[in-house]
Amino acid sequence: MSILQVRDLTVTFPGGVQAVRGVSYEVSRGEVLGIVGESGSGKSVTSLAVMGLLPPGAVVSGSVTLHGRELIGVQEDELTRVRGKSISMIFQDPLSAFTPVYTIGAQIAEAVRVHQKTGKDKAAKRAVELLDLVGIPHPDARARAFPHEFSGGMRQRAMIAMAIANDPDLLICDEPTTALDVTIQAQVLEVLKTAQRETGAGIVMITHDLGVIAGMADRVLVMYAGRPVEQGPVDELYYRPRMPYTMGLLASIPRVDGAEGPLVPIEGNPPSPAALPPGCPFAPRCPMRIDVCDEEEPPLTAVGGGRHVACVRSREIEHKALTGADVYPLPVIPPSGAVRVPRERRATVLELTDLVRHYPLMKGAVFKRRVGTVHAVDGVSFDIAEGETLALVGESGCGKTTTLQQIMRLEPPQSGHVVVLGQDSARLGKAERKALRGDLQIVFQDPMAALDPRMPVGDVIAEPLRAHGRRNVAARVAELLELVGLSPEHAERYPQQFSGGQRQRIGIARALALEPRLLVLDEPVSALDVSIQAGIINLLEELKNTLGLSYLFVAHDLAVVRHLADRVAVMYLGRIAEIGAVENVYDRPAHPYTQALLSAIPLPDPERERARRRILLQGDPPSPADPPSGCRFRTRCPKFARLGEAERRRCVNEEPSVVRLANATGERPDHGAACHYAEEIEVIPASDDQEEK
Amino acid sequence: MGKYLLRRLAMNVILIAVAASLAYMLAATTMNPRAAYQGRRPPVPETVIDATLDTYNLNDKTPLLQRYTTWAAGVATGDFGRTWNGGSVNDEMGRRIGVSLRLLFVGTLVGFALGVALGALSAVKQYRPSDRVIGVASFTIMAIPVFVLATLLAVATYSMNRALGFTLIEYTGEYNPRLTGWDQWLNRLNHLVLPTISLSLGAIAFYSRIQRNMMLDVLNQDFVRTAMAKGLPRRTALVKHALRTALIPSATYFAFAFGTLLTGATFTEKIFAWHGMGAWLIDSINQNDVNAVAAVSLFAAACVLAAAFLSDLLVAALDPRVRVS
Ligand code: SF4
Ligand code: SF4
Repeated sequence: MSILQVRDLTVTFPGGVQAVRGVSYEVSRGEVLGIVGESGSGKSVTSLAVMGLLPPGAVVSGSVTLHGRELIGVQEDELTRVRGKSISMIFQDPLSAFTPVYTIGAQIAEAVRVHQKTGKDKAAKRAVELLDLVGIPHPDARARAFPHEFSGGMRQRAMIAMAIANDPDLLICDEPTTALDVTIQAQVLEVLKTAQRETGAGIVMITHDLGVIAGMADRVLVMYAGRPVEQGPVDELYYRPRMPYTMGLLASIPRVDGAEGPLVPIEGNPPSPAALPPGCPFAPRCPMRIDVCDEEEPPLTAVGGGRHVACVRSREIEHKALTGADVYPLPVIPPSGAVRVPRERRATVLELTDLVRHYPLMKGAVFKRRVGTVHAVDGVSFDIAEGETLALVGESGCGKTTTLQQIMRLEPPQSGHVVVLGQDSARLGKAERKALRGDLQIVFQDPMAALDPRMPVGDVIAEPLRAHGRRNVAARVAELLELVGLSPEHAERYPQQFSGGQRQRIGIARALALEPRLLVLDEPVSALDVSIQAGIINLLEELKNTLGLSYLFVAHDLAVVRHLADRVAVMYLGRIAEIGAVENVYDRPAHPYTQALLSAIPLPDPERERARRRILLQGDPPSPADPPSGCRFRTRCPKFARLGEAERRRCVNEEPSVVRLANATGERPDHGAACHYAEEIEVIPASDDQEEK
Repeated sequence: MGKYLLRRLAMNVILIAVAASLAYMLAATTMNPRAAYQGRRPPVPETVIDATLDTYNLNDKTPLLQRYTTWAAGVATGDFGRTWNGGSVNDEMGRRIGVSLRLLFVGTLVGFALGVALGALSAVKQYRPSDRVIGVASFTIMAIPVFVLATLLAVATYSMNRALGFTLIEYTGEYNPRLTGWDQWLNRLNHLVLPTISLSLGAIAFYSRIQRNMMLDVLNQDFVRTAMAKGLPRRTALVKHALRTALIPSATYFAFAFGTLLTGATFTEKIFAWHGMGAWLIDSINQNDVNAVAAVSLFAAACVLAAAFLSDLLVAALDPRVRVS
């Protein structure tokens, strides 16, 4: 018996823009329905429409029934009785989702009191119980804390506690873990599962992360341009997608368990809801498009087995058992010349030795005084050989961004050395520093913030050229635009006329203007949708090989790193925990932190994802102002917990440094970990194609 | 927190001293109390003038620094000196301070409360007619100088009373001395109406603009949506979550708005014939009354800093994020 039934839901915003165009689904008790889609696909608007929480101007039509009672068009006070009682919602960004001026406990108690006739004390007690249920330590003390005193993961737990306060029948989770680090995401997903067990509620899980859906959902709905294009049981949909968009999406995601090599990109961009193509909305990007596709929009039709597909060629796809890799042309990336030379004989383009960066921790508004030291970067060493990509990974606060800033400054560091292309940053003259800046360029995460919106793209790219006194700028700009897959005519346009992926291409073109040898990539694809991301990753790979570049790649997405990087350095609290060749670190991680990190990443593969055992970490990382003695990871280390008293002493008293592992073998015996009891284990189940080999 | 506030308080006392000293220096160097005696018929002998001015500590023949020291020593013990004709500044101030504070207090309160309410309403009804009316009205009011506004109000009330045939709203003075008891009290209230309106209109307009912006910022935030998602009615979510949070930035403008209000009070008092500190400032400048000017300046400085202090307290009370650090 289904709890919620949505039929032909459409949402029209003022100005006639249809954000949602006919969505139907139902959710039963205890069932998890995953809704996936890229930004602008209408997935979040759909859920807000169900809750009746859209801004006043939006017109909603269709039908939403909860236990058979219609919710569209009813009085506001009837809706308020449903909201938070029968249907609860968990929002994406837990920082802004709590009112900053009330305590967490008070806000949860408020949710209790809206729907239940209980006294203040009772509600407060219930809030504490709920916080305990979602795994918040010292719940009675924490209930009196304000939202800003909670970490991101804790806030999201509290959000879940609030959502289940009235034992709802349905939980709508809108990107519940998108803003969180992977190890925290794993914890929160676990809490969500607990919450579901406690309440027996149905869950609508909205996300862009196909890995999260694979592990949670029973059924999946794929949205594109405001409409569902495919729907079905999770295994069926993941293993046998029948609609080219779903196929492309599944083939385009980089995977931690995946092989190297180019990713499948989906060309083009999702259509704007104001200017939809006449036929199938995916037609302009579809590799299987035929003429009938442009005639009318294919309806979502049942194809048996509880599946629905909106594609004229779905039968054919089924018969021929086509997959994304079959229908999407795989780009050919020329191999790099540099890698044929063994690493030892290549030049070193960047070398860090014991880099340290401490910040004073200040307190007080008028009279500032120093109360401590933030150990942002605390002795980091690594090197990058020519033609190599080193990825620096870690969760927020691990010091990867600070490390990058220290390199980009080209100033003498507080302690240690930064050697760029053989030149020590501590011994640079003014002119040398300027010249070196041309060889060391950066690509930022948010392409829009990095581009001046009032400058035509041609000028944006030409700026570094002019600053370095180059002539013949126009020709070079045209050349650069072609290099990154844009056309020379684009030079006249302004940044806001481009899509996110194109803007990132512009950012890359600008960084390449001075023909750098080392490019620093600061989360270059994390703001982009998956289908766009693949194209940028391929472009970066290609540029590296054809131009002989080296990359320092800073990222938190370990799946992207596996695809792009040759070597990876995992950071924790300002130090390197593990470093080595990608295949060594991913397949045989030796540091307990790397193991937890890798095991926390959801795989877009339902069967294996369900079968996986996660290494869950406890709590949040300690503050870098007060790192634990000895090994910094010991407060959360699952291995430490299992050690004997005598062995533990070493972790507490002696800070481990990166040691080359004895059994690092293979083509590249390049693998080291900073753990006294390092032990290689496998945490990512080998994928099928790897097993076959 | 307590220690921090104490430090703030000490700082404020120093600031008041500096402000008042500067005001005294300026008044003492530019004003000429002697003129009031010199022009007399029959002429007063110079020595007599000197002696009189000496007793009031107003003699320009005494070095400035020496006069200042005498004045400052007096102020430190609570004696603000003599007026140009020998009256006690303390007595005069005692009479007038209450009058001004009554006006300022009510004006601030009414201005803040109404301004915040109108601003919040305006934000919730963004682009609807009510928002536009409030917007146009507040900009018009802010564009009109207080003395014009006050005069217009007085004229309008006068004609209204004429048309009605009896005095519905008093438009001049503080009270009617012929009344006693309850009537007197009501009469005082009635006299307060017009000056309060004139004084608070500007503040209302100012706060309504500020509050509208703050509220608009907050309205689109996720926590308002969360509040509604847990089942609170829209109105409760708006007042309890949105407005409550949007009050914080408005409270920081409190001190600033109070400064404007103080200036407004000077004109308002004068136009409605209230014998307050503001009116006294104008009178004493005309009469070259150095000590009175210094006293009024000190009062103004104390008021502004008290407002700033209050606004800090208000922010700390409203915002837990400030309190903790
Ligand atoms: S209907 Fe045509 S264009 Fe649309 S997805 Fe199917 S094959 Fe591609
Ligand atoms: S050194 Fe000890 S605490 Fe640190 S990671 Fe290794 S086992 Fe864990």
